[in-house]
Amino acid sequence: MGLESHLRGCKESGRKILVPYITGGYPGWQDAIRACAANGADAVEIGIPFSDPVMDGPVIQRASQAALEAGTTPQSVLEEVPHLDVDIPLAVMTYFNVVHHDGPVRFANRLVAAGVTGCILPDLPLEESGEWCEAADAAGVATVMLAAPTAPDDRLPRIVDRCRGFVYSVGLLGVTGERDSLAATATALAERLLPLTELPVLVGVGVSNAEQAATACRVADGVIQGASMVRRLIESGPDEVGRYVAEVRAAIDA
Amino acid sequence: MTIAAETRSLMGEPDDSGRFGEFGGRFVPETLVPACQELERAFHEAWNDPVWREELASVLRDYAGRPSGLTECHRLGEQLGLRLFLKREDLNHTGSHKINNVIGQALLAKRMGKTRLVAETGAGQHGVASATAAALLGMECKVYMGAVDVERQALNVFRMRLLGAEVEAVHSGSRTLKDAVNEAMRDWVATVGDTHYCLGSVMGPHPYPFMVRQFHRVIGEEARTQFLALVGEDPDLVVACVGGGSNAIGIFSGFVDTDSRLIGVEPAGGAAVSRGAPGVVHGMRSFLMQDEYGQVEEAHSISAGLDYPGVGPEHSHLASIGRAEYPNVTDAEVIEAFQLLSRTEGIIPALEPAHAIAWVAREAAQLQGQTVLVNMSGRGDKDVGQMMDVLKDRLG
Repeated sequence: MGLESHLRGCKESGRKILVPYITGGYPGWQDAIRACAANGADAVEIGIPFSDPVMDGPVIQRASQAALEAGTTPQSVLEEVPHLDVDIPLAVMTYFNVVHHDGPVRFANRLVAAGVTGCILPDLPLEESGEWCEAADAAGVATVMLAAPTAPDDRLPRIVDRCRGFVYSVGLLGVTGERDSLAATATALAERLLPLTELPVLVGVGVSNAEQAATACRVADGVIQGASMVRRLIESGPDEVGRYVAEVRAAIDA
Repeated sequence: MTIAAETRSLMGEPDDSGRFGEFGGRFVPETLVPACQELERAFHEAWNDPVWREELASVLRDYAGRPSGLTECHRLGEQLGLRLFLKREDLNHTGSHKINNVIGQALLAKRMGKTRLVAETGAGQHGVASATAAALLGMECKVYMGAVDVERQALNVFRMRLLGAEVEAVHSGSRTLKDAVNEAMRDWVATVGDTHYCLGSVMGPHPYPFMVRQFHRVIGEEARTQFLALVGEDPDLVVACVGGGSNAIGIFSGFVDTDSRLIGVEPAGGAAVSRGAPGVVHGMRSFLMQDEYGQVEEAHSISAGLDYPGVGPEHSHLASIGRAEYPNVTDAEVIEAFQLLSRTEGIIPALEPAHAIAWVAREAAQLQGQTVLVNMSGRGDKDVGQMMDVLKDRLG
């Protein structure tokens, strides 16, 4: 299912968008994704673990390392995707060396073969994205670009122009992980981005619970939640992830 | 050196995307892109400002002790059948070449209005140098160091704390230099407003590989002048150890446009150039030790300062165009070289430049009668504790 068409549909119908992140290869990850889909997620971001995840905080680092130690590879994650049997679009999030090593065209084709329709590469900024984006566009994979609070005004339109699927509005200065409160920058950046694009603008990084998700959704079109999902997967398993997705869904729909 | 001369050099400026040939670039989280751009602008302004350059030169002279000397090693040279010279970066303040770069970056950070430095460190030499510069300029300093290295370089950990820096042990991944870089970048992503990332080698996103090389050019420029005065011609070989590769880049820059052979010696367990493939990590495209899926492999070296699976992009470029060679030596050869230089010359080398000595000693039969300049990038005091364990049966 196309990531962009599905999420644009949500936005147009006034439905706030919830995109959980789950680390591929961590024990129970497939059931966690099914639980997300069954409890109101609009898409899922599947992490392909990388040895040096510089945008990730301790929780996702821990899950990535455990998955790698268990023998997870990009291929082993992608081979499982067709068997997930969920009716929402799936994107992958990984780091650029995984793509670079495989080669952009081959990696894009692998995503398509697995039924993945979006890709997020947090260490591939606009200036370096040309070769990958060309391959992804040709294959029909939506490349989601990140916009950060540090971007000057003249940079944001260029990022948004290169964006497919949705715009990833980075919620704070920092790496992924749960925080006690939603940073003021979270909604401020979304407010700057919304007039620039018809794509859904989703706030991610530092959106840590249902209440914060609801706050972010009063401005943005939706949220991405990673560390709070993965922590529940680590501590309690896939069922708890599903219960939590339902809780966030209810909060952003209220 | 004039701009025109730099452009003609084999080690000129990188292109607009920060690449040396096909290596380099700026692969960082979007949050850091504006900070890298700001740093690039600020560095160019400062580097072209004669007043600032004079300030840098005076701190290097009056505080760090430059110029460093050039020593001919008569006894070891005779034993090996060649003429051996050392560029004495080990005699700099804080004990290594690292101070050149750190003074430059700290002065630049101050000029940019930053109040805090973060740094990664392997052996602790860059961490000590960063802590020193922060103390000198009244800045806050936090140093990330792999937990394995915190253990094997306890003396440097204490030195950093004594200098007022905060040292945080990194427990993720391989718990060595690579993971310390990750953690320093994570810190910078969160603190980029008031913090400068004082990166310790010619690696990372543009402009770091270029900027750090410019700060270390002084090694090569001094060495060439000193060598010509002493010997009357350029050396046949210029040899330096390579982890990220900053001391090697520094000395190579003085000789890249001469006929001298340039030799960068990597540890056998961290031989990015000879055993790696092009990859992207820590903000740069360069040779990288990685598995068949692009996961970065852990390096293993007796020397914490070279325990790094990548290498600076300009080294990848120099290797790919055939201008420099990158052989490697084993830990056992390094342990021998560490003792050899100590006994024949009264100079206890750091384990890092002991790699360069080890290569010269191993290859001596092919180098008979030649002139060999080695960059003695640091002194061995920091390694004495570790080597006491290694050599206890022999020197007990």
